[in-house]
Amino acid sequence: MTEPLIDIRNMEISFADGYVKAVRGVSFQLGREKLGIVGESGSGKSTVGRAIMRLLPSSSRTTADRMTFHDIDLLRADEKQMMDIRGRRIGLILQDPKYSLNPVMRVGEQIAETYRLHYPQAGRKAAEKKVLEMLEAVRIRDPQRVARLYPHEVSGGMGQRIMIAMMLIAEPEVLIADEPTSALDVTVRLDVLALLDELIARRNLGLIFISHDLNLIRKFCDRVLIMYAGRIVEVLKASDLDSARHPYTQGLLASLPSIENPPSRLPTLTRDPSWLTQPTIGI
Amino acid sequence: MIEVENLTVRFGPRSPLVVKGVGFSVPRGTAFGLVGESGCGKSTVLRAISGLNRNCGGRISLDGQPLEPSRSRSFFRSVQMVFQDPYGSLHPRKTVRSQLIEPLRNQNLPINAHVVEDVLKAVGLDPGLGYRFPHQLSGGQRQRVAIARALILDPPVLLLDEPTSALDVSVQAEILNLLADLQKERGLTYLLVSHDMAVIAHLCSRVAIMSAGEIVEETGIDQIRSGAVEHPYSRRLLSASHAYGKQEQRSIEELISF
Amino acid sequence: MVQALLQQLYQAWLRFREHPLGLVGLVVILLLIITATAAPLLTQYDPIAQDMAGRLAPPSFEHLLGTDNFGRDVFARIIYGARTTLNIIILVTIIVAPIGLLIGTCSGYFGGIVDEVLMRVTDIFLSFPGLVLALGFAAALGPGITNAIIAISLTAWPPIARLARAETLSLRQMDYIAAVRLQGASSAAIIMRHILPMCIPSVIVRVTLNMASIILTAAGLGFLGLGAQPPWPEWGSMAATGREFMLDSPWVIAAPGIAIAAVSLAFNLVGDALRDVLDPRGAE
Repeated sequence: MTEPLIDIRNMEISFADGYVKAVRGVSFQLGREKLGIVGESGSGKSTVGRAIMRLLPSSSRTTADRMTFHDIDLLRADEKQMMDIRGRRIGLILQDPKYSLNPVMRVGEQIAETYRLHYPQAGRKAAEKKVLEMLEAVRIRDPQRVARLYPHEVSGGMGQRIMIAMMLIAEPEVLIADEPTSALDVTVRLDVLALLDELIARRNLGLIFISHDLNLIRKFCDRVLIMYAGRIVEVLKASDLDSARHPYTQGLLASLPSIENPPSRLPTLTRDPSWLTQPTIGI
Repeated sequence: MIEVENLTVRFGPRSPLVVKGVGFSVPRGTAFGLVGESGCGKSTVLRAISGLNRNCGGRISLDGQPLEPSRSRSFFRSVQMVFQDPYGSLHPRKTVRSQLIEPLRNQNLPINAHVVEDVLKAVGLDPGLGYRFPHQLSGGQRQRVAIARALILDPPVLLLDEPTSALDVSVQAEILNLLADLQKERGLTYLLVSHDMAVIAHLCSRVAIMSAGEIVEETGIDQIRSGAVEHPYSRRLLSASHAYGKQEQRSIEELISF
Repeated sequence: MVQALLQQLYQAWLRFREHPLGLVGLVVILLLIITATAAPLLTQYDPIAQDMAGRLAPPSFEHLLGTDNFGRDVFARIIYGARTTLNIIILVTIIVAPIGLLIGTCSGYFGGIVDEVLMRVTDIFLSFPGLVLALGFAAALGPGITNAIIAISLTAWPPIARLARAETLSLRQMDYIAAVRLQGASSAAIIMRHILPMCIPSVIVRVTLNMASIILTAAGLGFLGLGAQPPWPEWGSMAATGREFMLDSPWVIAAPGIAIAAVSLAFNLVGDALRDVLDPRGAE
């Protein structure tokens, strides 16, 4: 891997005076690739994404031997530097666009505002033009009309495209997508993923894709981190998931129901306490 | 066991139809799946059958008997429902035990301690959990409690509204196994609603695919497995669902060409 | 079961302890209750015994807060006045909370025509300022402490009913209420056993916060001569008599004034703290 975009070593995150450790000893690097983080609820996968953006509540404590974006130390960066990084250099897409968009502002204005926030020298006209270009880039037909809609007037899939447009308009280098398609129907989900895939390839971005859905990650990402109880238990290439060595990864894969040839019983996971301490399998 | 003919449902007396004349029949002891995307009306059908939504037309019969719009108390001893969100379907301030006793009390049935213990064991929970509150349980345990609550009246029919979609996959597998076991042991009739074709395929023998308030296709599970569905929407839904199948190795680009 | 309840109460107390102002309010309210119950032990004076020779005596060691225009000990009157205030608070709460809860939950649960009728009645009561409405009722029913309590109660239930209705509307959508309906439970059982108990925490908060205005309304009625009748001590009417001698003998009006202000403030502080403890939406 050449020069990593994000480099994290031994990240620990605790909530409420250190009683609850959400993330323990997590290390990984992100290059210009699609990195998936998979885990079940409570595994700490979303916490990792938010910690990079420094969006965790102030009651939490994040420590790491190293936590950098390019050569900026994310642990020591002041709030002003973080303002520049958030949105401008690292974008964040959340699960449900309904909660991420301002309900009383037209979507076009919201995207334009994001653009002008990061490019204050840009004029009104230029921002508007850029917004329409962006909406077109996320394959919204009739962008003129959509820009004038309010968030409640757009469908889930459209809303998520708008969020993607809003995140990409500032031309970030890294995108963190936290369950970006979980709120969408299966048929819409594929369209949004394909769009994300294309935009990332064209712009040569680094992507952190956080999801509970192993099959989705396997289709979409280059590399996968599997998280369990705040730790990375296994790292492997997405195409090698079938030869995963960690019992947790194997168990997750096996417990998925299948359409074509369902087993009479689904294998279930027996959680082994040693998973909490074993070193990470894979690199 | 359940026959539905030309069922129409709306949310209010003057609002438009959400379910536009659906019909199907579920033989005793089988599992029937209703699959479709959000807003297609699949859950609304379930709520109409349960009597939670009374703005409906058409005929619903149970065991050959047509149902009155207002359900009798004894109806609920034949039909119970399991909801999607185990966080919202349990009373937050009542212990597991008192929530399990509640159905017996409402039906004026005798309440004795081992009924509660038996039903907790039947859903694979330690009877000691009866004294806990829902917030002291995991999502999977809560869903087991919700299933126990439905089973305590010993109904022959269970309506399952996305019973696993709020759960992690490993927990989903446990609940699906439990539902399959219970059906076998007790000869239950299931009407399962889900957006997830794989969940439906795991439990059901027949499937109706819904879109925009109508059933576009009803077919056997073998046709679903082999991909031999006819309606264009069914094909689209199935191929999108296949994108997550284990064997499928097609790339995203190929998939969106559908 | 009892253990679980105690556990919950203890948890609530731990959260309440985080609010220093709420604790201050709680101390004041406890003082009010102790004073009211132990009144005869706290002073040797009779609150209505007149002593025309010692009228309008300034505060001294003998009369801690001085005497009023009939020579009655102001401190004793304040202490016995606490009984009147506590009396009003308890009775109003007992009358208002159940009425408000019942009307609100029925309105929210049944909806439709029931909701329309009940809420329009509530609106009529809400559309008059509380004190004005209480004045009207007190004037119509005749002066006296009982009538004052009825008058205050008639003005205090509508906000409670509104609140209970709003809570019920959101509770009615919950799956666990649907699950109870699917057990064949009657509407009365659902309201009484499942919906009403869930509304109680926010009603407690609301009633506590409204207590300040109830106390002020009671004092206002007393001040205007429509509440407790002389010579029985009541803070509002004490303030009214003190008004005449305000410049020469300020203690006669200051003592009841401060008492009214302190107790209403205390209820507000406790209400704010309780909101954080009981109502998860208000908390972060």
